[in-house]
Amino acid sequence: MVKFENVSKVYSPGTYAVRSLNLEIAKGELVVLVGPSGCGKTTTLKMVNRLIEPTMGRIFINGQDIRYVNPAKLRRQIGYVIQQIGLFPHMTIAQNVGLVLRLLNVPKKERDKRVDALLEMVGFDPKIYRNRYPRELSGGQQQRIGVLRALAADPEIILMDEPFGALDPITREQLQDELKKLQNSLHKTIIFVTHDMDEAIKLADRIVVMREGEIVQVGTPEELLRNPANDFIREFIGKKRFLRSPEEVLVAEIMVEDPVTGHPEVGAAEAFQRMQRHQVNSMLVVDERGILKGILTLRGVQKGIQSGERKKAGELMEPVTETVTPHETVLAAARYMAKSKYGLLPVVDERGILKGLLTNASLINTLVDVLWPAEEIDPKGEDKNGSNSIELMGNLS
Amino acid sequence: MEVTLSSLWATYLERSAKFWLLTREHFLLLVVLPVTMAAAVAIPLGILASKQRWIQVTSLAFANLMQTIPSLALLAILIALGAGIGNKPAIIALFLYSLLPILRNTYTGIKNVDNALLEAARGMGMTATQILIMVELPLAFPVIMAGIRTAAVICVGLATLAAFVGGGGLGDFIVTGLGMVNNNLTLLGAIPAAVMALLLDYILGKLEYWLTPRGLRI
Ligand SMILES: Nc1ncnc2c1ncn2[C@@H]1O[C@H](COP(=O)(O)OP(=O)(O)OP(=O)(O)O)[C@@H](O)[C@H]1O
Ligand SMILES: [Mg+2]
Repeated sequence: MVKFENVSKVYSPGTYAVRSLNLEIAKGELVVLVGPSGCGKTTTLKMVNRLIEPTMGRIFINGQDIRYVNPAKLRRQIGYVIQQIGLFPHMTIAQNVGLVLRLLNVPKKERDKRVDALLEMVGFDPKIYRNRYPRELSGGQQQRIGVLRALAADPEIILMDEPFGALDPITREQLQDELKKLQNSLHKTIIFVTHDMDEAIKLADRIVVMREGEIVQVGTPEELLRNPANDFIREFIGKKRFLRSPEEVLVAEIMVEDPVTGHPEVGAAEAFQRMQRHQVNSMLVVDERGILKGILTLRGVQKGIQSGERKKAGELMEPVTETVTPHETVLAAARYMAKSKYGLLPVVDERGILKGLLTNASLINTLVDVLWPAEEIDPKGEDKNGSNSIELMGNLS
Repeated sequence: MEVTLSSLWATYLERSAKFWLLTREHFLLLVVLPVTMAAAVAIPLGILASKQRWIQVTSLAFANLMQTIPSLALLAILIALGAGIGNKPAIIALFLYSLLPILRNTYTGIKNVDNALLEAARGMGMTATQILIMVELPLAFPVIMAGIRTAAVICVGLATLAAFVGGGGLGDFIVTGLGMVNNNLTLLGAIPAAVMALLLDYILGKLEYWLTPRGLRI
């Protein structure tokens, strides 16, 4: 659909804004260009609609070298959304959305119909909104209109340059979700620029990581997270986000470091209060050297109180059968956890000193976080992650 | 010489025919005509100036120069250059004075159009002409109108000087009145000129508001 062939852009002699870029984007694909500021994302994007002309190389759309297409004509067939939104303040919403159609000489009647249909598609009541002006809309609404404007002439290709970058986080996520939904039904070829890795992972079919004008790695979000090509990408994506299998993550990375503890001499009533205060249903009993002695459950403490005698934690606690060391893997921890009857797993070192705690819930949460950053698991298993989630469950049981 | 409302009124009654003639001349010949001519020249020039740096530099320098020449000196120069006396040098001088505010405002109005809008416009496939007509001029319109308004108000005031070279207008009463030490007559020229300036400012302000696209009104 869109093909870059050895494309370079030089603004000032000697420095490449984009260097020998080769990239092929398939029809219906949402490709996200991501990378630090100044790495050439915008330049790459704007060369597609000839707002910027390459210094070297060629760009093809549907096999046609775009150098030979009239720029204005070319742009009318390519949707364009920018961070600053750029709605025309003197035109109504309908006029803004219908502008490309007007440039294409689509008759007014047809234009109006199309505009209304588009407005309805994203939940704007045309009767209310078509005659409003951009400044009467919130930032999020304005950018929704900005996206509609790009869709109006039903272009095959849409270019988006940090379209949600100026919006507040909540609105940004809403618009990301809406874009995903739109894309699921429209299957446009979208080139999307961002420097937000979360956004890239969330939206992209394929991510193109750029640095200093060159492509560092291209791949699906999963591929990138699983096999980052080098330290730059690792760094850029952020460490904890990496897809690592449970046998690579150590207990020390994910354990709770300050679990609720108490000395064997602590009285039942105080132990009970302590658990209540921290809203937990057990307390780890630790002696003065920090060595784990046992676990006092809420039930054990209640028994002690009911007995009416003054009992201490040391007497009421139960022995801990399953523990894990900080250097073991999460996979191992999951196995011990399965055998633990308390739904938790104290972390102790070789000398038996308590270092932390894994709970059932935190173990699962962390596993999910480590494996699928910013991505919900589709219960129907329809998305690419479906098979992985089944694997994980297998490991846990 | 004492000036009262009734003495002023009497002076008006004596010369009411001439008064209305001069008022009309002042407005049509010494304000509307030069400002219209200036707009016809300065708006296109301002547009070109916003696109071409050398036009911007030369045209603004010229208009600035015109503005800095003292008005009577400009009239004198025009006469010396062979414009003759009467309406003609006055109209030319007023035209030259009106150029700057209109030119400057057209230029800034277009230059101030948000870059993001131009970027969006180009990205959507608008040609340069379409951008000018559909985006830049509508957005610059309030600023251009403000320039015309400034020019008109300046002209109403400066036009009173036209009488010194026989240019007519309400300045006629003022100059004659000053010569005859007839304060009533002077005021019969000065007051309507002031009123005309205020009224014109107000009406053009309203017009500017009503002609501004609704989405831009504040
Ligand atoms: N018009 C220009 N003239 C000269 N240099 C430019 C121009 N536009 C961009 N550059 C340079 O080219 C490089 C790439 O710029 P580009 O705008 O493509 O980066 P970007 O990845 O979009 O960055 P950002 O995330 O900050 O938007 C930068 O070093 C920039 O300074
Ligand atoms: Mg950019």
